[in-house]
Amino acid sequence: MDLTTGWFVAVAVLWVGYLALEGFDFGVGMLLPVLGRDDTDRRVLINTIGPVWDGNEVWLLAAVGAMFAAFPGWYATVLSSLYLPVLTIVIALVVRGVAFEFRHRRDDRRWRALWDAAIVAGSVVPAAGWGAILATLVAGLPVDASGVAAASVGLVLTPTAVLGATVTVLLCLAHGAVFVSLKTSGDIRARARRVAGVMLPLAATTVVVGAVALAASARSGASIASMAVAAIALAAAAVAVRRGREGRAFAATGLAIAGTVAAVFLALFPDVVPSTLDPRWSLTAAGTASSPYTLTIITWAALVLLPAVVAYQAWTYWVFRQRIGRHDIPVGH
Amino acid sequence: MDVVDIARLQFGAVTVFHFLFVPLTIGLSAVVAAFETWWILTRRPELLRLTRFLGTLLLINVAVGVVTGIVQEFQFGMNWSSYSRYVGDVFGAPLALEALLAFFLESTFLGLWIFGWGRLPRAVHAACMWVVHVGTLASAWFILAANSWMQNPVGYRIDEQSDRAVLTDFGAVMLNPVQLVTFPHVVLASYLAAGAFLVAVGTWLFTRKRFRADRPMYLTLVRVGASVALVAGIGVAFSGDAQGKVMTEVQPMKMAAAEGLYESRDGCAPFSVLTVGSLDGERERWSLTVPCLLSFLATGSFDGSVQGIDDLRAQYRATYGADPASTAYQTGDYVPTIPVTYWTFRLMIGLGMAAAAGSAVIVWVTRRGRVPTTRWLAPFAVALPVAAVAGSSFGWIFTEVGRQPWVVFGVMTTDHGVSPGVDVTSAAISLGVLTAVYAVLAVVETALIVRTVRAGAPPATDPYDQGADEPQDRGPVLTFAY
Repeated sequence: MDLTTGWFVAVAVLWVGYLALEGFDFGVGMLLPVLGRDDTDRRVLINTIGPVWDGNEVWLLAAVGAMFAAFPGWYATVLSSLYLPVLTIVIALVVRGVAFEFRHRRDDRRWRALWDAAIVAGSVVPAAGWGAILATLVAGLPVDASGVAAASVGLVLTPTAVLGATVTVLLCLAHGAVFVSLKTSGDIRARARRVAGVMLPLAATTVVVGAVALAASARSGASIASMAVAAIALAAAAVAVRRGREGRAFAATGLAIAGTVAAVFLALFPDVVPSTLDPRWSLTAAGTASSPYTLTIITWAALVLLPAVVAYQAWTYWVFRQRIGRHDIPVGH
Repeated sequence: MDVVDIARLQFGAVTVFHFLFVPLTIGLSAVVAAFETWWILTRRPELLRLTRFLGTLLLINVAVGVVTGIVQEFQFGMNWSSYSRYVGDVFGAPLALEALLAFFLESTFLGLWIFGWGRLPRAVHAACMWVVHVGTLASAWFILAANSWMQNPVGYRIDEQSDRAVLTDFGAVMLNPVQLVTFPHVVLASYLAAGAFLVAVGTWLFTRKRFRADRPMYLTLVRVGASVALVAGIGVAFSGDAQGKVMTEVQPMKMAAAEGLYESRDGCAPFSVLTVGSLDGERERWSLTVPCLLSFLATGSFDGSVQGIDDLRAQYRATYGADPASTAYQTGDYVPTIPVTYWTFRLMIGLGMAAAAGSAVIVWVTRRGRVPTTRWLAPFAVALPVAAVAGSSFGWIFTEVGRQPWVVFGVMTTDHGVSPGVDVTSAAISLGVLTAVYAVLAVVETALIVRTVRAGAPPATDPYDQGADEPQDRGPVLTFAY
């Protein structure tokens, strides 16, 4: 595998890592009003992701940073042509990020309701937005002969984008519900299992629809196989939840997200942005890649740093492995 | 306004806003780690109270600092896609490394610190905050290396086949002479801001009657803060001086623009502290000048010669041709906006020095356990961090405006860096929405900080039972909760 292909895989892995990790905290955020009946419930939910959500979000910055360093033309074209959709996602992430910190600083019903709404919106919008953008990427952008695609909101107002958004939102809801059932005790856990029981078949159905849509555009067998793995993983997760094996179910929903995201990158390669105007103008991994020297530098950095990141983030999950329930929430503040 | 103007305005606005929170994050993470370590070593209960109190203020500050940082990472691709394509081979690597090395450390270990009270062994818990601090320094290192490359591009060549800048020497980019003076300057300015912040918080609280019982504790805060600010302030002055000399070497136009010096001087160039004159600085009516000071700032010798704007413009025209032409600049004009560079340079130095001098005053009036009760003390102390942070902001505005019309000095002009496919409406929506959201954040953030400070340091109980170093098996699952 040459360096360019290696970095294409690395970018894919970082996106998989991002959506598999932040996927569940998006799910928890979206389920806040569904699973949380009162403020204490909602605090239990928020505290299941409290220590880890920010570390999960950095996977996005690493993925985008890796695109910038390894494939500047990919980074530049996607962000400038999907301008307003990206802006919307960024604003949502800004609002969501401060909401977690600001919410608990005042014990006031209206204040907390405001930030609860921010958490819900801040979770739905990026989950849907990234799904729409990844699906649109597979379909292609209007890249011209100079490698530039004009910005337009219409690019994500397509059936493909809507399908992509639906798939990711349902995957995050399923992943989040399973996560809550794994991390909580009492009534919330029971409710989360019921919600997971509803979300898992829905997510599996949309993943199958996504696989069919991908097969219709006949791109890559590996991509469709990856979607099939995702659908099977969701079915396995549904069985595991019913048997009370929440750890296994969570691993399975994580695999489902990984399979779906990987399918996007398998469908793209060797392109990074297919051109809808003329296939000859498509941006390719090889064409947008940085110089071998730059790729070598960041390869060494990634080989040293990423295993360390995985190790200390895994340690964080270990430190905060216990289930929490209503009785664990300190009174006041 | 065209897309270039809007994109520049947005970059300036969101970057200055982001950087209001960065110095406090860098400085306060070290302060919190130091107070916690001090507490572990001495077990003095008031040090635990201060650790948790300052930790709360740090977290409120970090929340906005982190989310506004996300915008930065996307902005290059959204508004500056031509720039990103052209220099991404060089500029992208430090950004990727910043995420991989710094952001992961900061976010993960901050999460461990917030929720790890009573869960992690004491020493490990304190170490988490030290790791966060190292993360903030690493972040500063990589982003300043990227910025220094824009001021003084090194370690690259232009690949003619692809017409892109290509990295040839990563070590040169990391050890850019501009980077080596900028990093200490920015980090020391951050410690100055954090020290001044402690002075403000501590002074405001110990001068309140209702907190009389806690006076010794708040005086500790004031003394520590003032000492840090004073030492850092002296360091800021020296590193800034070194920076001026490197700047004169690599960007002589920026130094000339800092003074509004049009005609070259062969020796003993004066520095004007204040000038009243025409806006472009070409005619002056009255000014307060220090003889030979500009020569010293630029060269280290009171007799050094300093190149003026007119000569430099002629040189740049000869070297780079008639370009750039844009709405903001006349064709062939390589001169930044003089009133901006002139005044921001003075405000940076003046406010930074005022914060350091104010801290010296605080060190003096609290010497040997003295408890000053003057009424002006609290407002005076509150002004110090404001001056320090404003000084930082003016420093950034100076160095970025002073580089114009270049985005990468001598390599690419700013108007060539903007996204070709982005329309004015989209760019304007982005500027408008970000400004509105940031304005709301500023209000909420300020209100929360003020509210938290006014309540004083809440009582804190040792989260570890009976002075044990290890967490207890049957201890609470959450000693802290959102």
